[in-house]
Amino acid sequence: MEQVETARAPKGSLVSSMETPLPLNALAAEKPVRCEARGIKKAFAGNAILKGVDVAIPEGGFAVLVGPSGCGKSTLLRLVAGLEEADEGSLFIKGKDVTKLPPRDRDIAMVFQSYALYPHLSVRENLAFGLKLRNTPEAEIASRIQEASAMLGLDKLMDRLPKALSGGQRQRVAMGRAIVRRANLYLFDEPLSNLDAALRAEVRVDIRKLHDKLGATSLYVTHDQVEAMTLADTLWVLNGGQVEQSGPPLEVYESPKSVFVATFLGSPPMNLFDAKIEERAGETWAVGQGIEVRDGRARKTSPAAGRAVKVGIRPHDLVVAEDTKTASGELHVELVEALGFEAYAYGWFTSSGPRVIARLEPEHARRARVGDVIPVRAVPERVHLFDAKTEQAL
Amino acid sequence: MDKKPSLLESVIVHTVLLTFVAFAIYPILWVVSLAFSRGGLSSSSGALPVPHDPSFDNFRIVTAGSGGIFWLQLGNSLIVSLATAVVAVVIATPAAYALARFDFVGKKAGMGTLLATQMFPTVASAVPLYLLLEALHLLDSRAGLVLVYATTSVPFAIFQLRGSFETIPVELEEAAMVDGATRTQAFLRVVLPAARPAIAVTALFAFMSAWNEFILAATLLSRETAFTLPVVLQRFVGEHDAAWGPFAAGAMLVSIPVMALFYLAQRQLIGGLTAGGVKG
Repeated sequence: MEQVETARAPKGSLVSSMETPLPLNALAAEKPVRCEARGIKKAFAGNAILKGVDVAIPEGGFAVLVGPSGCGKSTLLRLVAGLEEADEGSLFIKGKDVTKLPPRDRDIAMVFQSYALYPHLSVRENLAFGLKLRNTPEAEIASRIQEASAMLGLDKLMDRLPKALSGGQRQRVAMGRAIVRRANLYLFDEPLSNLDAALRAEVRVDIRKLHDKLGATSLYVTHDQVEAMTLADTLWVLNGGQVEQSGPPLEVYESPKSVFVATFLGSPPMNLFDAKIEERAGETWAVGQGIEVRDGRARKTSPAAGRAVKVGIRPHDLVVAEDTKTASGELHVELVEALGFEAYAYGWFTSSGPRVIARLEPEHARRARVGDVIPVRAVPERVHLFDAKTEQAL
Repeated sequence: MDKKPSLLESVIVHTVLLTFVAFAIYPILWVVSLAFSRGGLSSSSGALPVPHDPSFDNFRIVTAGSGGIFWLQLGNSLIVSLATAVVAVVIATPAAYALARFDFVGKKAGMGTLLATQMFPTVASAVPLYLLLEALHLLDSRAGLVLVYATTSVPFAIFQLRGSFETIPVELEEAAMVDGATRTQAFLRVVLPAARPAIAVTALFAFMSAWNEFILAATLLSRETAFTLPVVLQRFVGEHDAAWGPFAAGAMLVSIPVMALFYLAQRQLIGGLTAGGVKG
């Protein structure tokens, strides 16, 4: 049970590890797997939450589990932590089967959504708690706390109780408590959801920097796609208890394998139209619900004419057309949302059709009025096609 | 809504409040005055609670009893009450924790049974308890009384503590277990300290209920040296002669430890009552 903490430190001391170069995403795939979940199934009261999930995180990788609420992402994290037991499947950390091990024997550190700071202990004692339980020598505890507090700027807060800290400070203490552990695997359960927007963006950057400094392996759960996109080396999109798609964030964003992934990632969400494939002078066109667009994306096999499809176009790829000839559709504007650096027009192509969102350049945004009809053009190379029934990408 | 009350409103409100306060403290003041009046009730006449011929005589009468027996009886009260509080907390804490955190067979039935024990008046069980203690040779003993008090204070304490354990987030224990604690360690090092105010309040309630309990003590104790203070007090007011002066002095002496405890635990009490249990 007693474990030697120092032996597990990534590169001797924290300080020396800070000087090592950042792990590059490209290298991550070649590193040995640090954490792996195989065929994980879990049900609560007969309700299947996870239906056979496989996830693998390479050493030093930053994996983000993302999905809507109820998709099972938090359950998977709790299974990895050992706070729940899997009904089926196995978990490996550092090559060791930990499926049946209690949390304390998995050598993991976790940052909770609610921070879960021990209310009766000062910041210093909160940081020292886990180390004391593992019989770490006093001097070692002191030096690790010193390092963590310097990293996170906790120096002046060391003797305060959690109730005397602000939300952001509590968050940092929770991070510190994980850092001092120098664990095999760091788990984050929506750690930013209790912070306000400005602080969230700041801490998000800090988390990624810390991860890189520590050279740690991290598993991060969020429903926030911005966090998911910005933090992850590998994104795991969960839906209904299954992994819908995984891969580097930009790859998943640019080539979603299903309608679910396509609409879940990206804000504002992707426009979707029910359409049919038409053959026009050797080119593939998708036509329906007021849209007419050429499919200019490279595909293994072009969909046959007459096939029912869903056409996906991100608002970013739907821009004002020079004239009606080049337009993919005519947007009847219902609302213009100007964000300063960009603007979006909300409206419809046909009154019975779906809501359509298009990006406007600032000069267009200034002129656009509710009730205007604006010709918009889709970028052919960025057209997504999905099978109408299976909703899988073509 | 937020305007300051007018002078008239203020006067009316305060008059009403002061009347109620007077109504509440009048009997207490009367007992205090009686306690300090030489000769007790016979000498302190009139409705105003002002001691007549003030002296400490009554206190002397109470405490002087044959061979300092009062101090022995005070000791009985203290030991029985403290022991009841300790037993209640020691048994109820793990029980309440289990009820708050785990699902197990018989949980509902157990809670129902505990609740049922709270529904019967104490007197109802006086005779069976007497027979039980007699069989156990625990009549006239402090241990017997503690055992009896525990039967009511433990269920009550379980209810109270369960409520407060439920307010402690599970994540605290989970964080401790991820940090390297066993469930027992998480309970001892994280949950217990977080529940400290609630436990203090629970202990205080158990102490007070034992300290003030009269009916069972009067039933189960017959030897003067085994008496607790409420029984002693009652003895001052007999069928034929009522020593109201010493009775009042004794009542004050009995109240002092409880008042002191309340004073010391004020903050915990308020915190504990609001944060802790629904019952109380």
